[in-house]
Amino acid sequence: MKNDLKDLSNPKKFHNPISVKNEASNILKKILNDMLVIRKTEQKLAWGKKNKFIGGPVHLGVGQEAIAVGISHNLRKTDRVFGAHRSHSHLLALNPNFYKLFAEVLGKKTGFSKGMGGSMHLYDKINGFYGSVPIVAGTVPLAVGASIAAKLQNKNDIGVAYIGDGAVEEGVVHESFNFAKIQKAPMLFIIENNLFASHMHISERQPSDSISRFAIANKIPYKLIDGNNVVAVKKISKNLINDLRNGKGPALIEVVTYRWYGHVDWREDIDVGVQRSLEDVVNWKKRDPISRLSKAMIKANIWTTKEEKNLSDKIDKKIKSAWQKAMSDPYPSSDATLKYVFSKKL
Amino acid sequence: MKNRKYNYGTAILAAFEYLLENYKEVFVIGQGLWSPWYVGNTMTNLEKKFGIERIMDTPVSESASTGIAVGASISGMKPIVVHPRMDFMLYAMDSIVNQAANWSHMFGGQTNPNLTIRCILNRGGEQGAQHSQALHAWFAHVPGLRVVMPSTVVDARDLLIASVLCKDPVMFIDDRWLYDQEDYLPPVKEINLLDQKPKISIKGCDITIVASGHSSLLAREAAQILKNKNISAEVVDIRVLNPLDASLIINSVKKTKNLLVVDCGWTSGGFSAEIITKVVEQLSVKCLNSSPVRIALPNSPAPTSRKLEENYYTKTEDLVKAVKKILKI
Repeated sequence: MKNDLKDLSNPKKFHNPISVKNEASNILKKILNDMLVIRKTEQKLAWGKKNKFIGGPVHLGVGQEAIAVGISHNLRKTDRVFGAHRSHSHLLALNPNFYKLFAEVLGKKTGFSKGMGGSMHLYDKINGFYGSVPIVAGTVPLAVGASIAAKLQNKNDIGVAYIGDGAVEEGVVHESFNFAKIQKAPMLFIIENNLFASHMHISERQPSDSISRFAIANKIPYKLIDGNNVVAVKKISKNLINDLRNGKGPALIEVVTYRWYGHVDWREDIDVGVQRSLEDVVNWKKRDPISRLSKAMIKANIWTTKEEKNLSDKIDKKIKSAWQKAMSDPYPSSDATLKYVFSKKL
Repeated sequence: MKNRKYNYGTAILAAFEYLLENYKEVFVIGQGLWSPWYVGNTMTNLEKKFGIERIMDTPVSESASTGIAVGASISGMKPIVVHPRMDFMLYAMDSIVNQAANWSHMFGGQTNPNLTIRCILNRGGEQGAQHSQALHAWFAHVPGLRVVMPSTVVDARDLLIASVLCKDPVMFIDDRWLYDQEDYLPPVKEINLLDQKPKISIKGCDITIVASGHSSLLAREAAQILKNKNISAEVVDIRVLNPLDASLIINSVKKTKNLLVVDCGWTSGGFSAEIITKVVEQLSVKCLNSSPVRIALPNSPAPTSRKLEENYYTKTEDLVKAVKKILKI
């Protein structure tokens, strides 16, 4: 495999605090808060799965929080965002309602999908989250369709698809790149390249580790960046999204990152039965998007360790009570299985 | 509508025109839309009248085109995807089955893909295995997909309009072998697809023949021939295969006590089995004068060679013979 990502895929690089120069402190604080909420929510899910409160699979994205938080900073509620199996962060970055996520994962009727979806089928259209499903690449053409609809409706909204490095091995993704370009669709493709598809490293699956080469092939403008630098993700996606809203056609952003847990559920070192390098995991944790921001803010004298501790405690408390509430919520009524197959008669 | 005769193809064109004129959310996407070679006379000049933004001829990407329509359908649009041949549509099975069909259920009924997938059955002419398949039974098997097969000129127009206005994903399957059928069309009156059920095309009392799409045409022709021989066949046109309301079929068989099912798909695991099961689940064997019989395709791909093809497809005469055998005449 050709190492086109160079240092971006080297776990020993990018450990230093990120640059927060010229960034407003209130925005940085919000971003830090959003990332922490997502991380702690997913850690609670890992705990819930390990302790058998959760039945279904949970695909956790701990370590990847900067991507969705940085992108969503530039989105509007009327944009059309689609995810896949690992999409808790994509949803929570638009609406940090972890109570509704807990309820959904526990199969309760108060959840985002009324308890009909679980972790892998999430929906919150009112905040721009049009849906996530576990079929890899399944929502990519749907997102393009939503963006073409926005164009036909003369709205300035955009379509957004979160795609993993594994998903680009599906043919429909390439049809979607081509189609979006031909139609000049206002469509942002976000490639979360975490180097693994389930248990397989990208070197076992592709001749190059950089997905951006498919943007080049389809004449789609792209950026390739460190996905664990929230400020960079925010800044760079802002420019791309502005171009999208101005009718310049699709864009792609490849963000290199790493997930701390295995493909599914709570284990760190085991990926669907295949041993992952623990040394890599340890090094990647040093490229933590949250501590790199927090350290930068402390260095810039806009944040303190005490404030961080207070924030952390506050979120923990809220998460604990949301979990308890979700646990005691009711399941969907027994007629739900048949009720939602078709639309109701008007 | 002017008081002129339409055929099945121009009736579909009339449905497109009505929808595009009256609903700005409607757009059409698929391969070959600007070419009569692909879609016959069903879409003539639509792109000139309504613009190429709304009549979107596409790259060779059945999968993405269908997924794009699903995405647009949950974004306030009412798209129609056109697949000029059902066989090529198989590239789009993920978008149809995994996504569109499940979408409402997965998200607790909060969203419905308001999408119509018009796919065309285009058989015969020595085209062979990959240009001939009638796969309606597959789609009728999937919860969440409505499956519509019009057999008359009026239904070709009115069921297409009803499908597009229905909030659910609909497979609208039309058949090139029906395109020469002619009829007058009354002015459009919108109907609710959820109210549409099987219909009696011809009343009779000796035997019930149940069919859909082109097979319904064969059934009507057979009934005319049988009438001349003093056999009174009741023809039921299924029209909507999923969700299936079989009450009219059951009542008809209760009356005639004999059942022949004709289907243009393969025999094994086919839609004919669903009809017979629905009937025998409800009627005791004592109610029937004969075992139910089905006529469907042999369990083989379509052959290309002329002689083999001739024997492969069902003909009106096959129905007449089967009825005589059932009634022991």
